Amino acid sequence: MIIRGDEPEQIDLLKKLYPKGNYFMQGDEAIAYGAIFAGCRFYAGYPITPASEIAETMARELPKVRGYYIQMEDEIGSIAAIIGASWTGLKSMTATSGPGFSLMQENLGYAIMTETPIVVVDVQRSGPSTGQATKGAQGDFFQARWGTHGDHPIVAISPISVEDSFWETIRAFNISEKLRIPVVLLADGVIGHTREQIRIPDPEEVEIVYRKLPKNEEEAKYPFGDVDGSLIPPMPLFGHGYFTHVTGSTHKETGLRDVYTPEVHIKLVNRLHKKIEKHEKDIEKWEEYFTDDMEILVISWGVSARPSLGAVLKAREEGIKVGLFIPKTVHPFPGKKVKEFAKRVRAILVPEMNLGQLILEVQRYVNDDIILKGVNKIGGVPLTVEEILREIRGV
Amino acid sequence: MYLKLSYEIRDKYLRKDMLPTIFCPGCGIGSVLQYTLRAIDELGWSKDEVVWVSGIGCSSRVPGFVDFDGLHTTHGRALAFATGIKMARPDLKVIAFMGDGDTAAIGGNHFIHAIRRNLDVTVILINNFTYGMTGGQVAPTTLKGLRGTTAPYGSFENPFDIAELAVAAGANYVARWTVFNYLQGINSIKKALQKKGFSLVEFLSPCPISFGRRNRMKTAPELIKWYNKITVPISKAKKMSPEELEGKIIIGEFVDRDRPSLDEEYEEYKKRAKKMMGWE
Repeated sequence: MIIRGDEPEQIDLLKKLYPKGNYFMQGDEAIAYGAIFAGCRFYAGYPITPASEIAETMARELPKVRGYYIQMEDEIGSIAAIIGASWTGLKSMTATSGPGFSLMQENLGYAIMTETPIVVVDVQRSGPSTGQATKGAQGDFFQARWGTHGDHPIVAISPISVEDSFWETIRAFNISEKLRIPVVLLADGVIGHTREQIRIPDPEEVEIVYRKLPKNEEEAKYPFGDVDGSLIPPMPLFGHGYFTHVTGSTHKETGLRDVYTPEVHIKLVNRLHKKIEKHEKDIEKWEEYFTDDMEILVISWGVSARPSLGAVLKAREEGIKVGLFIPKTVHPFPGKKVKEFAKRVRAILVPEMNLGQLILEVQRYVNDDIILKGVNKIGGVPLTVEEILREIRGV
Repeated sequence: MYLKLSYEIRDKYLRKDMLPTIFCPGCGIGSVLQYTLRAIDELGWSKDEVVWVSGIGCSSRVPGFVDFDGLHTTHGRALAFATGIKMARPDLKVIAFMGDGDTAAIGGNHFIHAIRRNLDVTVILINNFTYGMTGGQVAPTTLKGLRGTTAPYGSFENPFDIAELAVAAGANYVARWTVFNYLQGINSIKKALQKKGFSLVEFLSPCPISFGRRNRMKTAPELIKWYNKITVPISKAKKMSPEELEGKIIIGEFVDRDRPSLDEEYEEYKKRAKKMMGWE
């Protein structure tokens, strides 16, 4: 049975199960509840620190809302299962951390190529390899972007607090459903395991999106074509008599395999990219503070955006003209915005819990004549306000 | 029985614009595909209640040829994708068309776990003892001493017996035939399709181009003769000693039982949860 998540019966169920109000919970739990409010009714996963609480919450809650939960034999199977479920019409999610995210890369590419809406949560932890398994980090910025092989677009979103985790998960589902693409939620072990107050809204306050279905037999013939100029094909679901063939091989607009005609490949892969460009406004999101009169700009993301904001507030008290830019959608990276800012400042600082990843994206949009400096920290301990403030004062 | 002409089956179930198939002369996959379609036809199933799933390899190209909903996925993962489809839509019938490398090597873990869960799918397994699509490399099913491009002096590894593996992991129905046991083959597929829970029908299937040529069996008839030499019906095998069975492959029905399937168990689980927690 297809569940979109906004049926009156589902709304009533959510109201009864999760009355609106203030709750105290972890970032991981907020992601799980966000998914349920977004209409996610299928979850497959494999235990891994620091993402296991998402699976545990989904295992407990999904049966209450007519959903399905399954623990797979590994992360490869987990992402495969949610892609299968998505083709039957259920919004689907899996969650993991770095090592599991590495295993998912091949099928993430499959989801991109087959335009399957899914949400993949990567609660980043300290690597490489097993690293500091229980400690948070922000080292998967480029794994999310380029982990799977070949030319491909990707959307990745990074939340900055527990409450933000709830709402950004919903946004991840909405983008995924609207554009028929997988969306990566780049959470991290620090926020994932932090407990904070969050406000659970009335389900009617939450705007949710369900994928476009074919209006008629004719539209269903082109599950990978541009039938209405939006570059987003309607998705004919399995079991409705459309006889849709879905393959990760290069395919024509009908879905049938054709790997020998260069034009077919060029057209398909270009459309996948253009689809993202065309709907950029639906995807991009950021927060900015004190950017009007700034001389120094701090650009930060995810967990590091929190101490960055603290540092910027303190620096302002000291009279330093510093602004803050927090991309919430980190891929595609809001380069144009950064380019604009870069014309108005003399220095840019990029605090993050790695040895410099987002800063490489920033670098592409900044001229050599301004100071660009990373504020980097590894070891599993988040950056502090003091550490960032020191750099702001010194720059 | 099975008197319909093959072109009737072809016209009813295959996508014309995807023909001809990629299969080499003497390949057994087309025959097994026909058996499967004949079984579906005999059962009178409508095309919109069936989904085909596959991984990568020659046999995995089948969902592209049949005019059904189909998911042609990544190497070895067909059953993991099938798990999502079947859980979310238990009313759909799922057929996984797989090869021996797909099933027993890269997909071995998904295979045993899908069986452990008793996922309600039917696996049609093409076992040609080799990686045909990539040019004849040694497979986990290649019998000891037989050659592949990556075992030029004969395989030195022990092969998997996939049917026995499926029985041990808990499948509800397991049968193995050669492509030339067509009546038994179609009958087994019919049984497997109707069976709730995991079912597997394995076919020893000739690959003269990638496998036979390297093992002094250049044509399908030579491979048939070899199959006749190495296979033993299960009834006869029961009376044979382990020494006599050395180097033989048993064919027939291995198991036919009715343990509850994954989707049935999940429905029970939800009922239990409701009762425990007092929901609704």
